[in-house]
Amino acid sequence: MSVPTSQVEAPAPPAASPRGATRRTRSRRSTLVVLNAVSIVGGIACWWVLALNGFQFPTPPEVVAKAVQLAGNGTLQEDVLASLSRVLAGFLIGSAAAIPVGFLMGWYTTARGLFEPWIQFFRTIPPLALLPLVLVLLGIGEVPKVFVIFLAAFLACVISTYQGVVSVDRTLINAARVLGAKDATIFAKVVVPASTPFILVGMRVGLGSAWATLVAAELLAAPAGLGYRMQQAQLYYDLATIFVSIVVIGVLGLVMDRLLLFAETRLTGWQERR
Amino acid sequence: MTAKISVQDVRKTFPLKNEEFVALDGVSLDIADNEFVTVVGPSGCGKSTLMNVLAGLETPTSGRALVDGEDVVGPGPERGVIFQQYALFPWLTVRKNVEFGLKVAGLGAAERRERADYFIRIVGLEQFADALPKMLSGGMKQRCAIARAYAVNPSILLMDEPFGALDALTRVTLQEQLLETWSREKRTVLFITHDVDEAVFLANRVVVMAARPGRIYDVIDVDLPYPRTEEARLSPEFAQLRNRVWTSVYHQAPGIAAGR
Repeated sequence: MSVPTSQVEAPAPPAASPRGATRRTRSRRSTLVVLNAVSIVGGIACWWVLALNGFQFPTPPEVVAKAVQLAGNGTLQEDVLASLSRVLAGFLIGSAAAIPVGFLMGWYTTARGLFEPWIQFFRTIPPLALLPLVLVLLGIGEVPKVFVIFLAAFLACVISTYQGVVSVDRTLINAARVLGAKDATIFAKVVVPASTPFILVGMRVGLGSAWATLVAAELLAAPAGLGYRMQQAQLYYDLATIFVSIVVIGVLGLVMDRLLLFAETRLTGWQERR
Repeated sequence: MTAKISVQDVRKTFPLKNEEFVALDGVSLDIADNEFVTVVGPSGCGKSTLMNVLAGLETPTSGRALVDGEDVVGPGPERGVIFQQYALFPWLTVRKNVEFGLKVAGLGAAERRERADYFIRIVGLEQFADALPKMLSGGMKQRCAIARAYAVNPSILLMDEPFGALDALTRVTLQEQLLETWSREKRTVLFITHDVDEAVFLANRVVVMAARPGRIYDVIDVDLPYPRTEEARLSPEFAQLRNRVWTSVYHQAPGIAAGR
């Protein structure tokens, strides 16, 4: 009487009434959306009330009118384009450089020994603090701004990638090894996918820091861009333009972050959430 | 005829703060082709170290470990290893996990798929072939790991407490399944466990180890016929062997065993 065994074990979690669970999640999500909307409308209302009661704010309609005007004469598009191209250039070059460097540091002790002191040192310096030096060395064109943004994105991403590589589960590496895999295969098929979640977190942090650095860099020296526009508006006491720029910066940052978050769920959905 | 696995006077030490920890001392063991040997002993007796030495993940400080008469140098696909923590690649589906070693070996897609599907069927996971490991229970994960180890067609299976993290019921099920798989696909098995019942139920031979220093304390032949079923597990012969192994594990005479 050999025991037929396969039906003894049930598949683990999904069996627990999936429909009820999704319904609960869905209703919780719709509650959240409603609360989000209430909060946004309430916030704008508060702003409006404050603006009408002696605070020196422009009212929401004034800001919208300003936005329409800026978009109408092309200034807004020009600024957004200038800012976005700087941030994307810096961010993409920074991430593209950080990933291989992070991998090298995690994989080879030599690389770690050589890179680590510099990365730890520059990590403690806000990239903006280097801007005066960079402006002197690289002039006042696009290069210095892209460079500080690159630095901001690079530093955030490199540390995270390195952490990802060193925290790859030893048993997974051993498992690949006993299946006959050599170093190159282990690197490509185990270390890279296992550190992907870390890399994506690093990129998100890097993007936030790139965006912050960008605006500040433009405040100091730029012929166009959202930061530059705010700085000009400040000279002419043009609060509406400042508000428009702030809102646009916030929305663009949010959109980029969501895009990365989307990539993260697509690429790292295999993770067990505890 | 040379033994399939031959461990000859192996000693393995690890540096501790200001002394050295002797994980294995004077360990010698011969295992014949297609034999199923279990190793049982208290924690710290070096049973996992012994397995790692044979897997090629550790090198002995002195002595030799031979497989088919040749020294073990590094890991190799002819020695399949099954880990207690399953060690499935969480980003790959069950089928892709099982195909991993075949891909490393350079097999074509069609052949990979055929071999993978065969072993997935043997361990009863065909319905979950496209599922990610996070969807599987512990027992199913370990069955997938067993299929993955089998797929590369190793002549030896080294299993390091593979069922240690599972509940008692699942464990019994998997023990029976493992024996069934083994009887269909005979391999030489070295199976590490801390569970005396499991050691006796599975093995041709039970090796009992002792700690400090890690060494072989006793070797007990299990002459129960295969296939082993629930009846075998409840038989008086089983109980007798179980008692012998139990005594050997839990009542190790320290003076004699330490050889001092």
